[in-house]
Order: sequence, then C-alpha cells, then structure tokens
Amino acid sequence: MATIPKTASGIAAAITSKQITAREVIDSYLAQISARETDIHAFNLVTADAARAHADAIDADIAAGRPIGPLAGVPIAIKDNLCTHGIETTCSSKILEGWKPPYDATVVSRLRDAGAIMVGKTNLDEFAMGSSTENSAFGPTRNPLDTSRVPGGSSGGSAAAVAAGFAPVSLGSDTGGSIRQPAALCGVVGVKPTYGLVSRYGLCAYASSLDQIGPFATTVADAALITEVIAGHDAMDSTSIPQPAPALVASVSQGVVGMRIGRVTDLPAGAEPEVIARLNEAFAALEAAGATIVDVTLPSLSYALTAYYLIAPAEASSNLARYDGVRYGLRVNAVDTNSMYGATRAAGFGDEVKRRIMLGTYALSAGYYDAYYGKALKVRRLIAEDFERAYAQVDVILTPTSPVVAFPFGDKVDDPMAMYLCDIYTIPTNLAGHPAMSVPFGTGAHGMPVGIQVLAPALGEAPMFRVGGALENAAGGSK
Amino acid sequence: MTQDPLSSIIATDEQMLEGGWELIVGLEVHVELATKTKLFSGSPNRFGDEPNTNIDPVTLGLPGALPVLNKQAVELAMRIGIALNCDIQPCIFHRKNYFYPDMPKAYQISQYDIPLNIDGFLVLPSGTRVGVERAHLEEDTGKSTHVGGATGRIHGSDYSLIDFNRAGVPLVEIVSRPDIRTSEHAKEYVAELRAILEVIGASDAKMEEGSMRVDANVSVHKPGTLFGTRCEIKNVNSIRALGRAIDYEARRQIDVLDSGGSIRQETRHWDDAEGRTHTLRVKEDADDYRYFPEPDLVPLAPSAEWVQAVRDNLPMLPAARRTALSVLTGYDTQSEAVIVVVERGQHDYVQAVVDAGGDAVRALIYVQQGFADAGPVPAVPAADLAKLTVLERDAKLSATQAKTVLAELVEHGGGDAAAIAAAKGFEAMDTSTVEAMVDEAIAADPGAWAKYMAGDEKASGAIVGRVMKASQGKADGKIVTAIMQSRRS
Repeated sequence: MATIPKTASGIAAAITSKQITAREVIDSYLAQISARETDIHAFNLVTADAARAHADAIDADIAAGRPIGPLAGVPIAIKDNLCTHGIETTCSSKILEGWKPPYDATVVSRLRDAGAIMVGKTNLDEFAMGSSTENSAFGPTRNPLDTSRVPGGSSGGSAAAVAAGFAPVSLGSDTGGSIRQPAALCGVVGVKPTYGLVSRYGLCAYASSLDQIGPFATTVADAALITEVIAGHDAMDSTSIPQPAPALVASVSQGVVGMRIGRVTDLPAGAEPEVIARLNEAFAALEAAGATIVDVTLPSLSYALTAYYLIAPAEASSNLARYDGVRYGLRVNAVDTNSMYGATRAAGFGDEVKRRIMLGTYALSAGYYDAYYGKALKVRRLIAEDFERAYAQVDVILTPTSPVVAFPFGDKVDDPMAMYLCDIYTIPTNLAGHPAMSVPFGTGAHGMPVGIQVLAPALGEAPMFRVGGALENAAGGSK
Repeated sequence: MTQDPLSSIIATDEQMLEGGWELIVGLEVHVELATKTKLFSGSPNRFGDEPNTNIDPVTLGLPGALPVLNKQAVELAMRIGIALNCDIQPCIFHRKNYFYPDMPKAYQISQYDIPLNIDGFLVLPSGTRVGVERAHLEEDTGKSTHVGGATGRIHGSDYSLIDFNRAGVPLVEIVSRPDIRTSEHAKEYVAELRAILEVIGASDAKMEEGSMRVDANVSVHKPGTLFGTRCEIKNVNSIRALGRAIDYEARRQIDVLDSGGSIRQETRHWDDAEGRTHTLRVKEDADDYRYFPEPDLVPLAPSAEWVQAVRDNLPMLPAARRTALSVLTGYDTQSEAVIVVVERGQHDYVQAVVDAGGDAVRALIYVQQGFADAGPVPAVPAADLAKLTVLERDAKLSATQAKTVLAELVEHGGGDAAAIAAAKGFEAMDTSTVEAMVDEAIAADPGAWAKYMAGDEKASGAIVGRVMKASQGKADGKIVTAIMQSRRS
C-alpha cells in the first residue's frame, strides 16, 4: 500500500489518480482514531461505518469513471454544533443530547458534494462558549501535544483532531476566536473567514452577528482549499455575501514582496514574553521575504473584550431561549409549562452557558439596554473605524493569536475573566466582521506551540493567505 | 398607541358620552398576508390544512435554521402602506423575546422602532379621518389548543396541542392613532380597512378565521384634560363584537371613575357570550421583550423604483370606488347601497351590468339586495342581470315579479330573465286591467279606502295587498299606487 499523504490536497490527488483508494485512506485515519481517541477525546461521535461506506462509494465512482469532487476521499472532522442530517448534533450540551437534525448545514452538504468524508462530530465548549473545551457537558478534550493541557476552545475537538492526525482537516466555528485560539494552542492552521463569506445555515447559533465557520488544517494551502469549497453565496442565509467563492489556494505561494504588514503599537498587554518574541521573529521573517512593516494604532482595541461580552451574551440569551423542552432535546417534566422550562434549562445547560444567558438577558433588559448593549454597539463601530484607518496604510496586520500557550486543565476554569482574556487578540476581528487566521510559528513556554494571527480587511482572504503562506515557509525553515 | 395629552380631535356633542365623558379609541389590527409561502421560509401559507404539515426547520426554530425574507410579503405590506397613505421607509427587523409554547424560537421576528410603513391615515366613508401610526411586518405564532380545564386557557388545562402551520405566517400590524371617538367609527374603520385589504389583495381579512384580528385600546376622559388610563381589549372576533366591547368597556371605565375609583392599565378579554370584559393581565406582569435588532436579517430598503411600481399597480381603492359608483348611479357616496356594494367588492360587477346595457340604479339595488353572499364576482352573468333591469325599467315586469326572477337567476347562477318571466306567466298587465282590480279592491274594503281618502297613507297597504293577491303578484305596485293617487285627487 502506498503511503497516505498528510494533506487534504495530497490525499485528493492520490485518490483521484488511483494511487490509493479512499477506503485505504479512511481506514488509516480510523486506525489513528482508535489508537489515540481514548486519550484525546476529540470526538463526541465517530461515524466510522458511515465513513467507510462513503469511502467505498467514492472508490466505486472512481472505478466507474463517474465525476468526483475536489476533496474526493478527504477525511474531515465536523464541529458538533454543525447540523448533520440524521446524525446526532449536541453542541456538547445535555439539552440537545440525542437530537438528530432533519437537515444538513450548508457547509456539510458542500463538503459532501466536494467528496469529503466526515469521520465524526468533534467536541466543543458547550454551545461554543469557552476557550479550553473544559465547558463540554461530555468531558474535556486533551491537547495531543501534551495531554495534561487544554487544546483551547471552543473548537478544541476540531483542533485536536487535526493535531492528533485523526483527520487532515476539520471545521470549527469562530465567534470570538474559537477557531484561531485552539489552532494556536494545538499547533495547526485555523481560519476565520470574513463574516458572510461562509453560510451559517445549519450552524447552531451562539452569537449570530459574530459566528463564522472556518477550517483547521495542517497547512495553509489546505486551509485555503477548504475555505474555497465552503465559501460562496447561500440563499438560505440572508447575511451571506452575494458573490461566488473566491480562488484562494493560488495566493498561498505568491509571496509577500511589496506587501505592507501592520504592527499594532498599542496592542493590549498581557502576552507571554515567548509569544511576543515569536511575533517579532514573524515580522522579521516577513521583512526578509520582501514585505514592509508599518506601525499602526488601534486605540479602541482595549474595549473590544468588554463590548464582546455584552454583544455575544445578549444574542446568545435570545438564540438559546428556544431550548425550552417543548419541541426537541431534553425535557424535564414539572407541574406547569413555566416550571417545565425552568427545570429543563436548569438541568440542560452548564454553568458558563447559564452565566452568559444571564449576562445577556440583563444587558438587553428595559432600562439597561442603552447603558450596556447600546454602548457595546457603539464600541463595535469604533473598532471597525479603527481598523478602517489602519487598513488605509497596510494590507494585513500581525498580532499574536493567543496571549498564552496551552495551559493545564483547571488553570482558568474557575476564573471567568482569566479565561475570557485568552481571546483578547482574536475578538476584535469578529466585532469588525473581518477575516483572520492563525499560523503555527515556533514554540513558547513548556515547548508548546505559538500561533501568529494574520488580520485582513473584509474579503481580504487573498492577502491574508499570502502572508499565511509566507509565515508557514519561515516557520518551517526555523523549526 | 401614542399618549397624546391633548388631542386636536374632539368628539362632537352627539358623539360625547353621558356625563361629559369623551371616548378615546385606538385600534391595533393584525392581518395575515395572502402570500404563497411564509414570511421567512418556503412552507405554504395555507389555512385549514392538517396540523403541523406546513412546517420546516425555520418554522420550527430548529437549531441552525435561519430566516430569509419573503419578497411577496414585503410587496403586500407596501401595498397596505401605500393604500393607507403611509411613508415607506428603509427599515430593520427586531427580535421580541418571550417564552410561549407556540413560539418556536422563543422570540418573534417583528419590527420595532424603524418599521416599514409610518405616518399614514384613513378617511372613513363618513368623512372621519383616522391617523395610522405604523403598519409593520412580523411573523405569526403557532396556534395552541388547551384541552381540559374550565376556561380553555393554558392554566388549568390537562394538556395543550400546538399547530405550527400558522407559525411564521406573515402578518402586518396596523396601529391607528387614538383618533377614534365612537364605537360606530371604530366599526367603520375596521370595515373600511377590511375592504381595502381585500381590494388590494393583501389579505382575505376574515375576522372569523383569524386572518384579521382587532385589539382595541380604550380610555375615557373629559375633553381638555389628559387622556385617561387605557385598557387593551382582546378576543374581539367580529365587527359587531368590536362595537359591543368598546361600548361595554367605556361604560365600565366611566362607572369606576364616577364612583371615585381609578383605571388600572391592563389587558382585558372580551367575552362575547357574557357581553363583558375580564382582566387578562395587568401591566406589572407585562413581559420585558428585550427587543434588539435581528442579526440574522439584513436591513430592508425598498428601492424608489420598487415602491413606485407597487404604487402604479395598486387597484382602485374603496373610496374611489364609492365615488365612481355614485357617479354611475346618482346615489350618494355615503348611501348604504354604495357602501355595502363597495365593501363586498361588487362595484366592478355593477359596472359590468351597466356596460351590458343594464339600468344603473336597478343594478345597484339588485346587487345590494340579492348578492349578499355572492362575493366580488357573482355567478350570474352581468348580461343576464342587465336584461332583468331593462325588463323592469320598461315596465315589462313589476318590481315584485322582477324580485322573483332575480331569485331564480341567483339560484341557478344565471339565465334568460325574459324566459323565466314567461315560464312563470309574468307578463305586463295593461293598465285598464289593473284599474279594474283597484276598483274591485276599493269596493271590497270601503273602510280602508275612506281612511286613505282622509290622508292616512298607511291605509293604502290594505288596498295594494288586495290588488297584489288578485293579480297573483303580477300587478306593478307603483302603478297600483299611481292609480290610487289619481282616484284620490
């Protein structure tokens, strides 16, 4: 049997050219899952039988000469807050345990149409609320690089699945950093596309105006490939940008000659010294590759975290109100309807979800709206204006993805503010609706990986991937 | 409803309630739009189907489902706005958050501070002008049926059934200004609104089926003083019930105030069988809806071209139709026949009868009297009715005979009026025959004749009745009366 390539593009090419079969590929990845999943707990559900059957179908298509997609036979792990037809979708919450959606998320059907094979549904912080995957109702996911440490979150399962070799690529969702931060902590590539580039139809909403679906991969090119497949207008999502998916893979190898890279001089403090050191090396590497470093200021960035923790919980309080025990999921019976709602929600939601529902309900309440939610929306506009001024001078901006490397279990779980600060560098992009990606760039404390974040203006995926590709090259050279 | 402290609209003396109280009414009317599909999903918008068949992930508020705005609903909402003289403005949607079992998302997508239609008005047939504050788009809820228990409400019931077919059906909520001063005007407003909605094809506007739902905000005060505390009256299921509910509620409030009490702001339930309102919930229990902009939808900004196209394609409205019918028949725009025929949407039919050579006045009266349940397009061909009006106009048939033939036409959905008349043995009686019959009748009842001769017009009934009986209804009542008058003079 030929060696199984490590990348999605390599696998699709080898299967399409009949060097290997889709079944050989899927068996190899399922074997890796069998070997390590007990230690890692990346998945809420491994769909091994369906994956093998799907692989056999693709092999049959190839044998019969039927057309196959650009991701033919590529295994992919799907975050368990994305709806999969007839397959349990839990959001890692007891309140949805056992619920099987009657439809596929748009991204899931686009991946299937492209020939990708789902290997399972990955663990997350309940309803994507958290930065360590410790908030899952089904137990935490462990970092494959050091199982005493968290993988980050909320898409910790998807990041760990790629880092552990359970799949070459996976999908996550990013509301305040939930793709980029776990990518950084697990040493893989993670992309949050422009708000509206990828359809949210079938993504169980956390904060609708911030949520965006994106890929994890081991290479920048694979991340670009998956983004191409899932992006593009979808009539089922009103906030979907009405234009076709951009071509992005070619950008990855274009280099950065002549590009202007922004360095934020008033970046909020708090990053570990090793993280700052890697960031400085990244600037140096890009300069060496032909880019110019330009200083920019983003003065309102220091308010981003506060604004986020009003806007996101406010929307969440409304989005999660539908989990009432009436139509699907958990129901705890009680004497009357109102008591049934209360008992169901008390039993079904974890502490962090309850905390954010209460925060958000308060922020939207009569008499408090203007002081909290209204003011947060103003901060959101200020941040967008800051970015607009900065992007008049630069093509992309570089920051750390996370202020810290992967931390041990229990380190922050009892201190919400410490946990929230994990997302201080990732949140501003969500508020602005811009794209951003995390690229692994060396290691920090305890030998754990550091991620560098590339920020770009709306629909600036192409320049973002150019810089991401250059950083990947530089990191590969220095490792 | 705006709490205007001092209104420029003051009831006339005749409109004032006893004791110097003035009634202040504002109406909130919900209408279901006659779209093919729901406001935010592709499921059919259809009344009367098997429960929970017109549903989908969006309707059920399943996790991950997203709303997509129905263009036809926007267009119908704009028609309503234009028909009510509103400004159409760029607008956004809000979420109105509250828990109820038939609310699948636990929020209703509605419009809040920036609705589609604002600042309109409606001129009633009587000439009264009622301001329209706003007419906004929102989605309907599902329908709950509470089984068991005494009240039919959720409290005390054994269990509840929910039909989500109605969930997500597009609604327009039309909010009037508190410009209404009598229950008659309230009824007139709703009747005129219903006629407009039907004419423009926005809704079938059936109060009995719930496709038009009216809530009344009622208060009383002394003119020149601040408006009184208002109560919102719900569960008003017909125009007649609306009038009764407002009259009852005004009486109740005046009684409370006259006996030194005060009105509590609350929502009250109209019980049509008992003829009274009951407290449903007081303001302190009101939900905090935590409105915020719906992040799953983008702002709605209809282009000037779109608005103009909707305006250009709007059919003639009831007010204009009444004017046209008045010109056609010579009847006043406020006459009952004109109002009723336009309300039923039958003015085009009257015009068609006239176009087919019919007599305008008789066409109007026939349609008013004989086509109450026939709808805007009666089954009787306009040409058939035209022939009947001509037969009567030309005195080939008496009014009574014509009425009999009309009933035949209605029953059979048309026919040749002349042939029906012939088959019934109806033929114009020559005047000399009628004169002879009148003389016989006078001879048979000299007492009645004497009274008639003395100027008692009512006494003519006995004589006319005898002639009709003798002629088996073939004599023309008008001719009989004319003969009697000539005998008297």
